[in-house]
Formats: sequence, structure tokens, C-alpha cells
Amino acid sequence: MEILSSFRDPALSRRLVKIIRSYEGKPLNFMEFCGTHTHAVFKYGIRQLLPEDIKMLSGPGCPVCVTDSRDINLSLSLARISGVIITTFGDLLKVPGSGGKSLQTAKAEGADIRIVYSTLDALKIARENKERPIIFLGIGFETTTPTVSAAILQAEKEGLENFFIFSMHKLTPPATRAILNLGEVHLDGIIGPGHVSTVIGSKAWEFLPLEYGVPFVVAGFEPFDILLGIEKLVEQCIEGRPRGANAYMRSVKKEGNPSAIKIMYDVFETSPALWRGLGEIPGSGLKLKDKYSHYDAFLKFMPTFKAEIEDNLNCRCGEVLRGVIDPPQCQLFKKVCSPDNPLGPCMVSSEGACSAYYLYGNYDLPTFPPHTPL
Amino acid sequence: MSTIHNKDIILLAHGSGGRLSHELIQELFLKYFNDPVLKGLEDASLIENIYVGKLAFSTDSYVVKPIFFPGGDIGKLAICGTINDLSMRGARPLYLSVGFIIEEGLSIRELEQIVASMARVAKETGVRIITGDTKVVEKGAADKLFINTSGIGVVPPGVDISNKNGREGDIILINGTIGDHGMAIISQREGLNFSTSIESDCAPLNGLVEELLKASSNIHILRDPTRGGLGTTLNEISLASGVGVKIYETSIPVREPVRIGCEMLGLDPLYLANEGKLIVVVAMEDSQKVLETLTNHHQGREARIIGTLTSNHSGLVVMHTNLGTQRVVSMPAGELLPRIC
Repeated sequence: MEILSSFRDPALSRRLVKIIRSYEGKPLNFMEFCGTHTHAVFKYGIRQLLPEDIKMLSGPGCPVCVTDSRDINLSLSLARISGVIITTFGDLLKVPGSGGKSLQTAKAEGADIRIVYSTLDALKIARENKERPIIFLGIGFETTTPTVSAAILQAEKEGLENFFIFSMHKLTPPATRAILNLGEVHLDGIIGPGHVSTVIGSKAWEFLPLEYGVPFVVAGFEPFDILLGIEKLVEQCIEGRPRGANAYMRSVKKEGNPSAIKIMYDVFETSPALWRGLGEIPGSGLKLKDKYSHYDAFLKFMPTFKAEIEDNLNCRCGEVLRGVIDPPQCQLFKKVCSPDNPLGPCMVSSEGACSAYYLYGNYDLPTFPPHTPL
Repeated sequence: MSTIHNKDIILLAHGSGGRLSHELIQELFLKYFNDPVLKGLEDASLIENIYVGKLAFSTDSYVVKPIFFPGGDIGKLAICGTINDLSMRGARPLYLSVGFIIEEGLSIRELEQIVASMARVAKETGVRIITGDTKVVEKGAADKLFINTSGIGVVPPGVDISNKNGREGDIILINGTIGDHGMAIISQREGLNFSTSIESDCAPLNGLVEELLKASSNIHILRDPTRGGLGTTLNEISLASGVGVKIYETSIPVREPVRIGCEMLGLDPLYLANEGKLIVVVAMEDSQKVLETLTNHHQGREARIIGTLTSNHSGLVVMHTNLGTQRVVSMPAGELLPRIC
């Protein structure tokens, strides 16, 4: 834990802030891809430390947030199948599907839905309830998927026949491409996701400078890590030479984690995926390979749903996820949409931008100067 | 060996009012709850010669899961919880009621351990358990054991402690580290076993409160930051007193294992439950006196001044971070961790 306190050392961070604040030049727009970064940026008040010319935008890096309402509706249908036990990470529970129903309401109505902290816990439930089908709602990026692969391989080894996965897994580089291809926001640099990059490696982001001319840096999640990431982006902007940088060397290698990548692609293969706010992106999802298709909850149960009620059309999560608007620009934000009554997934998830703004936002503290003296 | 111990689990018949109920009361409850007024098993207990003035009355139900955890159990929690609630109004806790809702199948050995631990805390604190009730419900209708305690205390003349009494310039103190109880419970829950054991801080605070009230007549607020933690309680103070709360991240004590656990689980110690902590809001001139009283008491060795009340941002709690930035500490949304107390 001592290592943690050094990454929170105010003196070290202040030095970086001093360098960042000395920036003079055209206004810069940086995006932190990852929702955990967004929350850290707010929690530590990092935006208050930046000069006015450097703006941080929040990206789509929140697996719960980018889960399309179609997939939530399908999950709800799965939960209502008699005898089924749904296992899921807690965040997904509150996300409203079309018509406002969520897994949380389905649970209160009697569906057997259990929160797990790991896929291996879901496997344990499957072992203990062999007469009932156990469906794991598989959401997550490259960080989570290898653990799901491991669970499938373990189920195969044990001959468990009642364990299924509803795969909504997604890959992060294609989504980043999609945002840049849309061209709605101008980005001068991207802070790459630290956890995802631990698995896929910093080289997975090299296309950003090469193909798009956008600087990127992989950063960790402590205040010092994030400030170092910003400082490295500023440095690239000043030099006018976009390249990749790794500001999270203690965790991220260029090649990533080869065994995690291998296990992921042993079990899954890429497929098109539907992203909230971004639509269908080719090659951005993961589905079970044919060899493991007997674990596929979708193929096994063929869930359907009636789209009787439209999604809340006023919810602007899609634009928030693309960095086009900040959450307070949504007319629902804080007025009707709150973590207790979320109308969109970005308000639900502990990685969602709306929840970060809601929980830590100091935009309603007008009496404070924008930058506290160092 | 009494007959009750020949049966190892609680049956529905133990709550029927018949012979088994009688046995359970006589041989288990009355063995530990031995106040003279209980012995008669009357429908209500009479309190003689009650002080006439301000009475404090409080109730709370305890549903913590698991019922045994490092540093305590549901019984200790139920006695401490109500003692502490009474103490937070400046009252001296005197009498308690205890109500048990037992799921059939609970082991009598476990029940006995819990009852013994309740009796122990009551004895230590000088609080009398003078009435009680037991119900047994069928399997699945409760989870092992739920306990309700209500308590009566007397408020000494001149003592006026309330959530509403905070004033601009008041100093906020806490008697030690935050989040220990919450993290102790979480770490006991299935699948989350940390190698370091984290103990709940569960403790009765009436003795400490008595010392504090002796030391200063300028204490405005006392609160125990239980469910929802320090963050929630400070928000409540801010709203009730119509002031802003300013706290300093560097001054808030958090034990290292709790901090690590929070990092691992994505939790914030500010919102973790405490069961042996109190927040003191006191007029500036008495703050050093209060700090000394706290640190001289065994329940306040790690006491600190953590912040002040301000007129700047009424209704908001703002934390000054180690980095020199400011962050709003809002009310937590939803139930972070169910059945923590």
C-alpha cells in the first residue's frame, strides 16, 4: 500500500501540475476513454488543477453504459424464464431497459438474480444448483473477458451442463475508432484505458497516432498517474509529433498479457456488437466460438422481447458516451435523472460519466475559484 | 444439563407460547437477562421513581449478515446501537427492551452466544434490559436472527444536543478511524476473504459521551456515523443545521487494511458504516478541550479534528483533498451494501 501513497503524493503531483499549467498554445481537448478514469478525475478534482485551455472529455469506457437497451431487454427476458438463476455484476441491476423495467425490478418481482464479484462465483452457483440453468450476464471489456473464458474452460473441464453466458462483451479499440470516424468532437489526445491495456498492451493503440494523427497515452488511476498522462499528451501536442506513450509502466507492457489474450480468443471470436450511442460497430464484440456454443445462453434460450415502449428519447447517454455533451447539458440530469432514479445507464454505473458528475460535480460551487492556488 | 440443550436447533414450537417457549425463556434468556423486574415474566415492566424531566426514547432493528463478525455479533450490535442512539442526544441510557425474531433452525448454541454477549454489554454499560419478546418464524421468513432493541434514557438538565444545533465556525471531531465495521462485514461476506482480519469497531459510547459532556457545555451535535458512514452523517448535519461542512482529506483517519479493501472493491471509506464512532460538533473555543477528552479516553485514542462548519456552501459537504482540490461529498445513492447493521 505504500506504493499507493506515493502515487498520491501531493508534492509530486504539484510538480506535474506546474508543468501542465505552463502550457501556452491553442486550446486542447483530451478524452479519457475509460469510465474509471472519469471517476478518478472527479474524485481527485483533477479538472480544477488544469488550465482553462485544457479540457477533459469523458469517453465511452464504461461497459454498463455502452450496453444497448436491446441487450438489457434480452437480459430481462432471460431473467423471467422459470427456473433460471441469473448471475451478474451489481452495476447492471439498475440499468433501465425499454419502459423503465430493470433487473432490480425483475428481482423484486421474483426473478432469481444474484450479484457476483467474479465469474468463478457464478460457476460455484452452477455447481451447487445442477438442476437449474445458471446464466452469467457477460458484460465488460478486454479486462473482464479472459476471466469469463477461464470460467467456460473450467465448466468444460468439470462437465457442467447448466452454465451459460449471455455475451455482451466488447472491444475498446473499435469503439475509439468509431468516435474518431464520426468526427463529432475534435480530439487532441486520448488517455487510454489502464486496465484494458494491461491485457491488450499499449501497442493496441498505436493506430491512433499512425492512422488518425492523435496522440495517446496509457495511464493509471492514481492522481499522479492521470496527471502524468495529461502531461505526456501536452508534451506531444507542443512537439506536434503524435505518438504513443505509456505512463502506466508498472502495469502495462507493450505486448500486454499474452496468456490473457490467448485464453480470450481460445473461447471467443470477434463479432459485430451494438453499442449504446454508437450503434452497431463491426468487429467490436465477442461471441463464443462454435466449439463452445453450447454455453451460449442466447442460442440455448432464444430470448425475445416486445418493444412495446420506446426508450426514453430525452436521455442523452449516447451523446455523453461520444463526448459530444457534458452530462449537465442533458435536460434530465439531476432534475429527474439521479443515481436513485436513473433514466440512463451513465447515471447507473460506478464508471458512468453522469454518475461522476452527479456524485463529485462541483459545478454548483460558484463561490470557489476555478483553480485553487498551489 | 438443562433440557433446552438437548435440542440443538430452534423449532417453530419455541415461539408457540407453549412448553418449549417457556423452556427457552427460563433456561436461556433469563439465564443471561437476569434483571429482577424480568423474573416475574409480567406483560409489562414497571419503572419506579423515574426521573421527571426530558426522556430520550429510541428504537432500532438489527438484521446484519453474518450474525457473527470479527469484533462482534448481532447481539452486541443491537445493544450498542440503541445505547449509542440515546447517547447521541446527550441522554444517559437506562433501560432497554429486546425483541427477537428467530428463523427456525438457528442453533441454540449460537443464540446463547448472542444473548450472552448482549447481557455482557448491558452489564458493562450499566444499562438494564427490562422487557423482551421472542418470535420464531418458518425457514426462509427471516435470515437466522433479527433483533429489535428500544431504549429509554434521561437527558441531564441543560443538555441540548441536536442535529440542528450546528453553527458557523464550529469544529468537527471524530473519535477514531472510519469504515472498520463496514469493511469487517464485507470481508466476512462470501468470496471476499482478505488475509488481514479487519475488526468491527462495535462499542457502546455512553461512557465517552458522559466524559465529553462533563468536559464541555458547548457541544452542539453528537452523531454516530453508522449506516451511510461519515459522508452521509455530515450531509445530514449540513442539511439539518443549514450550514456547509468543510472537511480535510488528510485529517480523516482510515486504517490501512480498510483503505486497501476499499481500493480493491471500489468503495469509499467515507460511506462505510461505523458502530463505535462519534462525530462531535463543538464551539471553536472548546475544541481543544474536547480533543483532549477524546484522546484521553480508550475509545478516542486516534481522535482528530476533521473539519469545520461554514456559511459558505449551506447544505453541501465539501472535502479539501490532499491535492489541494475540492470535492463535493454527496449523499450516497441507493443501498451500497445491504444488511450492514
